[in-house]
Amino acid sequence: MVPTDLRYTTDHEWVRVDGDEATIGITAYAADQLGDIVFVELPDIGRPLEQFAAFGVVESVKAVSDLFAPVSGEVTGTNPDLAGSPELVNSDPYGGGWMVRVRIGDAGQLDGLLDADAYDALISAG
Amino acid sequence: MTDALEPSVHVTPLTETHRELGARLIEFGGWLMPVQYGSIIEEHRTVRERVGLFDLSHMGELYVEGPDAGPALAAALVTDPPSLAVGRAHYSMICAPDGGVIDDLIVYRLGEARFLVVANAGNAAVVSDALAERLKGFRAVLDDRSLATGLLAVQGPRAREVLAPLTDVDLSSLRYYAAAEGTVAGIDALVARTGYTGEDGFEVFVETSRTAGLWDVLLDAVRAADGLPVGLGARDTLRLEAGMPLYGNELDRDTTPYEAGLGRVVKLGKAGDFVGRAALEKVARDGPSRRLAGLVVEGRGIARHGHPVWSGERRTGVVTSGTQSPTLGVPIAMAYVAPGDAEPGTVVDIEIREARVAARVVALPFYRRNP
Repeated sequence: MVPTDLRYTTDHEWVRVDGDEATIGITAYAADQLGDIVFVELPDIGRPLEQFAAFGVVESVKAVSDLFAPVSGEVTGTNPDLAGSPELVNSDPYGGGWMVRVRIGDAGQLDGLLDADAYDALISAG
Repeated sequence: MTDALEPSVHVTPLTETHRELGARLIEFGGWLMPVQYGSIIEEHRTVRERVGLFDLSHMGELYVEGPDAGPALAAALVTDPPSLAVGRAHYSMICAPDGGVIDDLIVYRLGEARFLVVANAGNAAVVSDALAERLKGFRAVLDDRSLATGLLAVQGPRAREVLAPLTDVDLSSLRYYAAAEGTVAGIDALVARTGYTGEDGFEVFVETSRTAGLWDVLLDAVRAADGLPVGLGARDTLRLEAGMPLYGNELDRDTTPYEAGLGRVVKLGKAGDFVGRAALEKVARDGPSRRLAGLVVEGRGIARHGHPVWSGERRTGVVTSGTQSPTLGVPIAMAYVAPGDAEPGTVVDIEIREARVAARVVALPFYRRNP
């Protein structure tokens, strides 16, 4: 079962909302599908993100995948630990493997994201 | 009659076994093969530090036999197979008349007039057809046993201790690039001290029907030595660290052996003509127009196949293979660059998405095992 306090995209990102800030990462399912993650490329602080547009890249040994923003907003922080320890995305995808924080531009966009039940159903269907 | 348009891939006798072991399967060279059972990095390190078991049943096995088998292969390939002692093997290539590489091969001399040519899976049919054509006029026959032959590899520093108790082949006297016929786990086999990992190891050829039985015995022995089954993902990172070319990446029909840094493989001094000789003599004389270089990425990013390589504002070449090196902990790559940019120590830029990332040319291989 995926964490119930998060919202999800069909591209396997998660978002945790805290006031007007959102923390974003990729799900355990996505990390497992990618395999050993060896590199994460994240945007500069201050950059505006647009919902569902690519904002970064995650690379495993074999594959390169885009990261897509669950919500629009301005980047207020990126996970400094991922430069030296990208494997945190595999080992702790909902915690130490978080990727970016944004100041939410349009809270209404959150209503369109999947809840835990819907995301669970998505990955169960394969 | 089956629908000819239906997409199809070969399976090995182990495909279901791989699935049961949790492998992720991909199509490679026309075959459904395991890319990884768990973590590619863990499988890679297991081969470097202990031992891994590979299913390589997709490879092509082409036997050439007859009084003229040696001379026929000398005329068909860039190497000189008649110079091999019985029981020895060498790395070879089959080239087109223009010198382009059709495939890279291992040639084993199994008898005075009996050779085994091992081709890449995706090229096996093309090589088989080309050899059949090139054997015309020679007293030699081609026996394509690709589908009838299974191939398992045991690779890593513990490979010998894993295999020795199971075989009547004396592994301690079996040299690198040598092969001997015998039994493994009671199964008739050809045991070769060859591999594609940069480690010591063995490749075991058996009849297809015996592959599954051999796998079970070898997997138990490999696991008892703290080893793992290993997929094509780690096979690729292992060979890249070892500086070995992969057909389709470093080698193709538009590439000559000299560009790939493999000019030493081409035996221009051998007697007689061979396919590609005139074109290859010209490249050997004039020098190649590009050279394969090893690169260590010094900035942030991982170079991948197809990324452009720049020297200042001059585009000097393109990345052929790249990954994060599990052993070295840095991104490594191979790339074709202009000859003047291929010297170790040269700094170039790799275009990774929108960024230019600095990389340094280093001598290949990236990794060499302790003797």
